[in-house]
Amino acid sequence: MQQLNIENLHVSIGDQEIIRGLTLSVPRGEVHAIMGPNGSGKSTLAKVLAGHPDYTVTAGTVTMDGENVLELAPDERARKGIFLAFQYPSEIPGVTIANFLRAAVQARLPEGEELEATDYYAQLYKKMDLLEMDRSFTSRSVNEGFSGGEKKRNEILQLAMLEPKYAVLDETDSGLDIDALKIVSNGVNSLRGPNLGVLLITHYQRLLNYIVPDQVHVMVKGRIELSGGKELALQLEEKGYDWVKEDASEPALA
Amino acid sequence: MVKEKTTLDIERNIGNFAYPETHTHSAGIGLTEKTINYICDVKQDPDWVREFRLKALKIFQSKPMPTHWASKDLEAIVFDNIRYYLSGGVKAKRTWEEVPEDVKRTFERLGIPEQERKFLAGVEAQFDSEAVYSNIKKAVGEQGVIFVGSAEGLKEYPEIFRKWFGKVIPTGDNKFSALNSAVFSGGSFIYVPPGVKVNHPLQAYFRINAENFGQFERTLIIVDEGAELTYMEGCTAPKFNTATLHSAVVELIAMKDAKIQYITVQNWSNNVFNLVTKRGLAHENAEVKWIDCNIGSRLTMKYPGVVMKGRKARGEVISIALAGDGQHQDTGAKMVHAADETTSNIISKSISIGTGRATYRGLVHVPKHLKNCKNNTECDALLINANSRTDTYPAITVRGTGNAVQHEASVSQVSAEQIFYMQQRGLTEAQAMSLSVNGFVNDLVRQFPMEYSVELKRLIELEMEGSVG
Repeated sequence: MQQLNIENLHVSIGDQEIIRGLTLSVPRGEVHAIMGPNGSGKSTLAKVLAGHPDYTVTAGTVTMDGENVLELAPDERARKGIFLAFQYPSEIPGVTIANFLRAAVQARLPEGEELEATDYYAQLYKKMDLLEMDRSFTSRSVNEGFSGGEKKRNEILQLAMLEPKYAVLDETDSGLDIDALKIVSNGVNSLRGPNLGVLLITHYQRLLNYIVPDQVHVMVKGRIELSGGKELALQLEEKGYDWVKEDASEPALA
Repeated sequence: MVKEKTTLDIERNIGNFAYPETHTHSAGIGLTEKTINYICDVKQDPDWVREFRLKALKIFQSKPMPTHWASKDLEAIVFDNIRYYLSGGVKAKRTWEEVPEDVKRTFERLGIPEQERKFLAGVEAQFDSEAVYSNIKKAVGEQGVIFVGSAEGLKEYPEIFRKWFGKVIPTGDNKFSALNSAVFSGGSFIYVPPGVKVNHPLQAYFRINAENFGQFERTLIIVDEGAELTYMEGCTAPKFNTATLHSAVVELIAMKDAKIQYITVQNWSNNVFNLVTKRGLAHENAEVKWIDCNIGSRLTMKYPGVVMKGRKARGEVISIALAGDGQHQDTGAKMVHAADETTSNIISKSISIGTGRATYRGLVHVPKHLKNCKNNTECDALLINANSRTDTYPAITVRGTGNAVQHEASVSQVSAEQIFYMQQRGLTEAQAMSLSVNGFVNDLVRQFPMEYSVELKRLIELEMEGSVG
């Protein structure tokens, strides 16, 4: 089966274990949300899937459509189809969005193949229209001087252009006002389909009003404590995370 | 990607090849009065040039190495081991067909005849001590523009040449300007008549082929009232194990309302000491702009300057320095305000990779009696690795009340988060670094004519390719 499969994952930074035996599967074509209180390890999971060098995987496996992901470098994972929409995207001064994305698209082409500029721009403008982005946006330096909303929209534009197999969206709703949230959500919804699996990480239920998930997982202290349908998010909204936490016996992380 | 890399690899080592020496004239090893007299005899210098050279030799010998402020690495230059003049003849050819086969092939490999056909108004190609080829497009020549080697300039146009030669940079300006004055050979002499705007760049290419050798070209450019010129120079040398010396003197004169833009892309191999003195004189409402890009060499010391002599004169230095492993780029600018309402602008960006070291030295001088002078200095340094080094030595003396100066400096490092972000989009670490560095210098690279900015971006990519992993 085509899925992003995480099994019994343990992750540490330094001496501190942050993810403690997490198991989760996201099939292609589905949207799964991970919710959880601050410090539960949600963002760590996102970074580990992308291969961030600060984290050490001490046990467990991550496979993408059957292939071991953990032995791949971050850029190899990206080219093979894992996309991370960052919570805090980096600025790249002097590099325009158009040039940056072009380099990223070029990096995915087979050896010896050159990206056609006209095809590239046609594709870029199509995706920008989808996200209601002004075309002048592409000549700005990546994330430099962007508002929170612009940064997130830029992440979704990259997601749309790079067409990954699995996308991890890390707190994409944070820092967005309601209008920006709607635009970003519409963008993600338009990309939903049988070829894309989405792991949606969020602290608040609000985002799930706009991007309705197939499954909701609750993460507490580095583990999935509870899974269910989209109605689980509403329950959490009502009862708070303490309701899930009651089962978790280990002390909460800072 | 592989296809792209292959072409890039060729570019990387574009200058790293050498043909066997076939010189008919050599002044031998070491520097004495005999060396000078040999050069004068071969070049059939007029007496005033011989005297000028011999006097310069004494000044050179009397001046100490400037190691009290500059790099101790200068002590690695052994003047007695260097050959000061090597050539296969003194007369530059007007067509490539007449140029000796090996030499012609050298410049073809470097792409010079092709660039000439594509977009240049004229080309001079120097091989070791002499220009082997010098030609100007007919239409440009017909406008009265003179573009010849320095030897031809001093013989054929003595009335213009002597008037300005050594006036912007006196022999005793520094030890290396004295050395150049003693043994100079090659370089360009350009005169643009009043009102003539040369639409395409004139280009000189300096090639060192020989080992244990010093190249000492001398360039003198006079752009008359209201005229405009863009001059471009490039340079390469093969990688030898021994130190090679390149010590040029370049003097620019912009008459009233004239504009000169002087562009350098320095790509010497890593055994070359590149110690160059460059200065322009800007008369009333004239503009001298240096665009200076240093990628190669072992040690470069170069601080292009502008003396703003006339009211409303403008001086500008745009400087990009890339110091790779083992390299030291000691660069900067000198702005001397000598009239009211003069303005100068210095923008310097340096990148230090590995053990590479970039140093910025800037001098801005505005005397007390002047009014409404302005200087803007921006210098930004980017460090790639933890062991990279950058230093900034600004010397700004601005006196008087009506003058304004602005200085901004920054040092930044390519952050691990930034690289990770780019890797997450599928770029390799080296590609990410390269993009980051190109972004850092992007606003300056855009000031280059298109043909050179593409080349420059590639050179930066190549340097970055080798710097990671």
